[in-house]
Amino acid sequence: MYAQEVKSTGKGIKTHEEMSAEERDFQVRIDAGEKIEPKDWMPDGYRKNLVRQISQHGHSEVVGQLPEGNWITRAPTLERKAILLAKVQDEAGHGLYLYSAAETLGVSRADLIDDLLSGKAKYSSIFNYPTLNWADMGAVGWLVDGAAIVNQVALQRTSYGPYSRAMVRICKEESFHARQGFDIMMKMSSGTAAQKAMAQDALNRLWWPALMMFGPTDADSVHSAQSMAWKIKVMTNDEGRQKFVDQTIPQIEYLGLEVPDSAAKLNPKTGHYEFSDPDWAEFFEVLKGNGPCNVDRLRARNKAHDDGAWFRDGLMAHTKKQQIAAE
Amino acid sequence: MFEFLLRMGDNTLVLGHRVSEWCGHAPVLEEDIALANIALDMIGQTRLWLGLAGEVEGQGRDADALAFRRDAWDFRNLLLVERPNRDFGHTLMRQFLFDLWHHERLSDLCLSEDDRVAGIAAKCVKEADYHLERSKDLIIRLGDGSAESHRKMQDALDALWPYVGEMFSDDTLDIEMNEAGIAPLPSSQRPRFDKALSATLALATLIRPESNFAQMGGRSGTHTEDLGHMLATMQFLQRAYPDARW
Ligand SMILES: [Fe+2]
Ligand SMILES: [Fe+2]
Ligand SMILES: [Fe+2]
Repeated sequence: MYAQEVKSTGKGIKTHEEMSAEERDFQVRIDAGEKIEPKDWMPDGYRKNLVRQISQHGHSEVVGQLPEGNWITRAPTLERKAILLAKVQDEAGHGLYLYSAAETLGVSRADLIDDLLSGKAKYSSIFNYPTLNWADMGAVGWLVDGAAIVNQVALQRTSYGPYSRAMVRICKEESFHARQGFDIMMKMSSGTAAQKAMAQDALNRLWWPALMMFGPTDADSVHSAQSMAWKIKVMTNDEGRQKFVDQTIPQIEYLGLEVPDSAAKLNPKTGHYEFSDPDWAEFFEVLKGNGPCNVDRLRARNKAHDDGAWFRDGLMAHTKKQQIAAE
Repeated sequence: MFEFLLRMGDNTLVLGHRVSEWCGHAPVLEEDIALANIALDMIGQTRLWLGLAGEVEGQGRDADALAFRRDAWDFRNLLLVERPNRDFGHTLMRQFLFDLWHHERLSDLCLSEDDRVAGIAAKCVKEADYHLERSKDLIIRLGDGSAESHRKMQDALDALWPYVGEMFSDDTLDIEMNEAGIAPLPSSQRPRFDKALSATLALATLIRPESNFAQMGGRSGTHTEDLGHMLATMQFLQRAYPDARW
């Protein structure tokens, strides 16, 4: 999802007998559905995993400004421009909430950002794909935010209090994001032939990357068992992906567009859609840095950061002067 | 009246667009959010002014038709607002100079004898008030910040100064608007502007340029080269797909 590459200790889950007294109490609290708060004792692995997951999620929000920012100056009406700006502004706000949640675990936002800029920290693979026509603004809101919502709604139940509360705030805003995206898709798919072609093109390009947002298949994500036990993760990758496909395919049909997967069909027995695997080789290439936009996205964030250094320093220098004057 | 409304609406349209160009590229996340807010306010104000302009014109053009289907020579914005972003210092200084003028302008327009103009101005002035407070605060902190931030802000002020005079020049349209009780002469705002400007610059340790030379033309449709490029981007979809509805 927004944190697709969270590696945990990978040692498998300890049994209650193998746990120390502290670990056991901790697991009992989690199993009882209690929230863990910043000052509570927590295993090192729990803290580390959370920091990685929350910061990757935060980085995704921040880098996620770029693909949609790409069309703000070309939005076709004043209203569309305003909606898109408000949406992207929300994403920046989500970045702030998440960085704050990560800071409660004893890391600093500055360090997290350094890790993003150096390429050490990851963000969601989806934002390494380009936005090539206006319908992409529809497809991103509908599919990308739609997929994010599946995950984030579940994460409201995550065990770490500040993360869970950030998810509650974020989910309130996300439904607007998905709705405005679907609204653009409706306009485009019921518009002129050119608009409909844009809508189909956007869907074709973003469908598979959206499926990849949920991460590798459960069989290949060996590290998620511990995260599930700790309720850092509350849904497996495949469960999330299935949920997303089940809700989205009927919407594609409603729009009168073609599902980009010829194998997709409803299984009447299970009530779920069957669908093809995305190209996992492509997914791992994107994670490695070989997606179509990895280099450009990081360059843009680095440029913003570097060009803004004098601004941040200037404000700090002013604050220092004020402090000295006050003494 | 139509032209007067274009002058108001094109300023916020063009400046809102320039500010929106920063989206995702600001020096800190908080600034991404703040700039998006300002751009949103500007777009909202544009819809009010250009919406009324279309009504007054009575040719069936709405705010979008005016924003996306006119060429540069029909734009009536100040040259100041179309100046490119360059760096964050230019962007903030341009905003400050505009806000200082805009806030005074809107305050005056609240007293317009035209109820529609007064109504829009009353809505916009609250936002302009907030923008001006934010702009002043940043100009002071960066002017009186580090040596580098001071230099950047002074450079920006020097570069943008030739575009200040146009805000206060009166032409025949201004005289008509003044006589009709719709809008006071722009020149009448200058003393208040100068006073407020000096106060902020003093706190910011910035120096007001001496030259009084003013670049003119925006308000009558003769723009800088930059506006054409901006419109090429902004109007692309409406121009390339004229039959589409968005
Ligand atoms: Fe978000
Ligand atoms: Fe998002
Ligand atoms: Fe979102």
